[in-house]
Amino acid sequence: MELSRLCEMQGISGREELVRMAIFRECAEVLGEENVKIDRVGNVIAHKACAKADAPRVMVAAHMDEVGLMVINAADDGLLQVRNIGGIDPRVLVSKRVKVGYDVPARDGKPAQEALSGVIGAMAIHLQSAADRKNVLPIENLYVDIGAKDKDEALAKAPEGTPVTFDTPSSPIGDGCLLCKAGDDRVGCYNLLRLLHAEVTCDTWFAFTCQEEVGSRGAYGAAFRIQPDVALILEGTTANDAGDPDETQKVCRLGKGVAVSFMDKASMAQPELFAEMMKLAEGSGIAHQVKMAVAGGNDSGPAQRAGCGAKVCVLSVPCRYIHSPSTVLCLEDVEAQYLLAKAYLTR
Amino acid sequence: MFELLKTLADAYGATGRETKVANVIEGLVREHVDSVRRDNLGNLICVKNGTDPNGKRIMLSAHMDHIGFIVAAVEKEGFLRVAPVGGIGLNVSQTRHVRFENGVQGVLVRQPLKEGETAAMKHFYIDIGAKDAEEALSMVQLGDVAVYANDCFRLGQHRVAAPAMDDRVACALLVSLLKDLPPVRDTVVAVFSTQEEVGCRGAKTAAYGVEPDVGIALDVTANGDTPENKLPAVKLGEGICVKIMDQCSISNPELVQELLTAGEKAGVPTQREVLPFGGTDAGSMQLTRSGVRVCTLSIPCRNVHSACEVIDLRDVEAGKQLLMEYLRG
Repeated sequence: MELSRLCEMQGISGREELVRMAIFRECAEVLGEENVKIDRVGNVIAHKACAKADAPRVMVAAHMDEVGLMVINAADDGLLQVRNIGGIDPRVLVSKRVKVGYDVPARDGKPAQEALSGVIGAMAIHLQSAADRKNVLPIENLYVDIGAKDKDEALAKAPEGTPVTFDTPSSPIGDGCLLCKAGDDRVGCYNLLRLLHAEVTCDTWFAFTCQEEVGSRGAYGAAFRIQPDVALILEGTTANDAGDPDETQKVCRLGKGVAVSFMDKASMAQPELFAEMMKLAEGSGIAHQVKMAVAGGNDSGPAQRAGCGAKVCVLSVPCRYIHSPSTVLCLEDVEAQYLLAKAYLTR
Repeated sequence: MFELLKTLADAYGATGRETKVANVIEGLVREHVDSVRRDNLGNLICVKNGTDPNGKRIMLSAHMDHIGFIVAAVEKEGFLRVAPVGGIGLNVSQTRHVRFENGVQGVLVRQPLKEGETAAMKHFYIDIGAKDAEEALSMVQLGDVAVYANDCFRLGQHRVAAPAMDDRVACALLVSLLKDLPPVRDTVVAVFSTQEEVGCRGAKTAAYGVEPDVGIALDVTANGDTPENKLPAVKLGEGICVKIMDQCSISNPELVQELLTAGEKAGVPTQREVLPFGGTDAGSMQLTRSGVRVCTLSIPCRNVHSACEVIDLRDVEAGKQLLMEYLRG
């Protein structure tokens, strides 16, 4: 599937069904349905064996979910109250267009459903005091306007629990960049789908995980089921290279290749595996950089510590303005992540 | 015990980089156990089979890792910017001698603070004597970890100071126990664990693989016998501590009693420890599979997580004798 399309799909944590079905179908097409499974928490796990005896068991993982909002109630005037699902800076929310509910295609005799358009509202600038303008509005003071006239209409159209996603069409920008939502981590899903075709020399398990943004919850079950020796996590990570940060604070940079992590909040890369990834990238001329910050968590934690444990390493695509309605990433970095993961799986 | 302790304290072994210290320990214990293996997280798992095939599996866990500073960026002037690995005390880290796994030495320095700034790790850098970034990166790489440089020395008649005392002193206790333990009924699985300082990660996977009936963590604890330190109410030189509780585990009460009784039978002093903070490998072992009965035996230690962690060798010996008695049943 195209990356731009994957990013446009709606799938907040815990409500990944649209992404999951699309990914399941593609996995089944490439590897045969008997090699693909959806587990109880909603991970898609696909297996590709290799001919080599005693091949190491390798899990490659990417998470399907994106950060978003969820409807928790409506006010008497028909405005929807929401809470964030996953980490979102409330400053990026005001005045953004959103989709309330999902666009579900017609399937199995059920008619298609269309998401509602909405906007995240706040008090108009005319009404704000000077002090108001300096305050960041917390999520409790923001609301989603879907044009409903009262509470009953609002909750009939968007009952409590309805997922809300950013309404951001994917747009190619500049020289090989993509502006999109959900780059974290549909880039990983995109590359994982491409890797299904690789001539692997490992006993390879593809894990498309759910609920990463609320604490890597899906990955626990996936890693426990797979019990890998090695786990490679394909992620999107923070690029802090725009504006004027100090050189040592940039974390990673767009266009400089796949970012290899030595440590983050979830895990430390296994030193030999980290060295091997660096060597593979150098040897194959794959653009790469070391992620220069110990920040962020991801599926590497559960992957490392399920069952008897695995050697882990995280390979990330740098994303500017991550966890916002508009992420910018560089397609060459996406390619580099794919090439490095492929180099490992086929070495 | 001092020589053994010094050997282990001097070995390099930062959190996530425990291979060298594991090699040293493996060399010391190999001939005293029935099998040795390492898992994917680098845990060194040493098994001493019990005489009774229906005996219990008792896991003893001492962690090999030592807190450190991971290189996250290099300044163009050649200074290394670092992030903490484990619970680093900033106050005890100023102008410290540190070293890397490859032997490169450095000085950890805090730059002058501007007015209104609160000291944070971002204000620290390591000076390795490089003239620029290029030279620095020929000496160390991003992701290398520096630790407080080895400096193990005797303090008075019974005490020893060293940077990696947490938890090499317990590693020394466990190595010494494996050497002297006669055949016993239960199977003893000595785990020298990894990555304890970032959340007892190694013990989690080790315990899953070992499937113990009983888990006993061996670790240091803080002290309550120096100025302005009152908790936990334990003192150096007054015996091995049997932990009742800390932030990560509540010890199994029967096991606590069994260990206290073993101490009494062995004729060694024990102290009851309630630690209002912290955690040990017992926390990870306890929650493995369908649950494990756990306790921690702690060695009181002054200045924990500093370059001068101080223990009393008599407490180590008491811990060893208590465990010998417990395992002999």
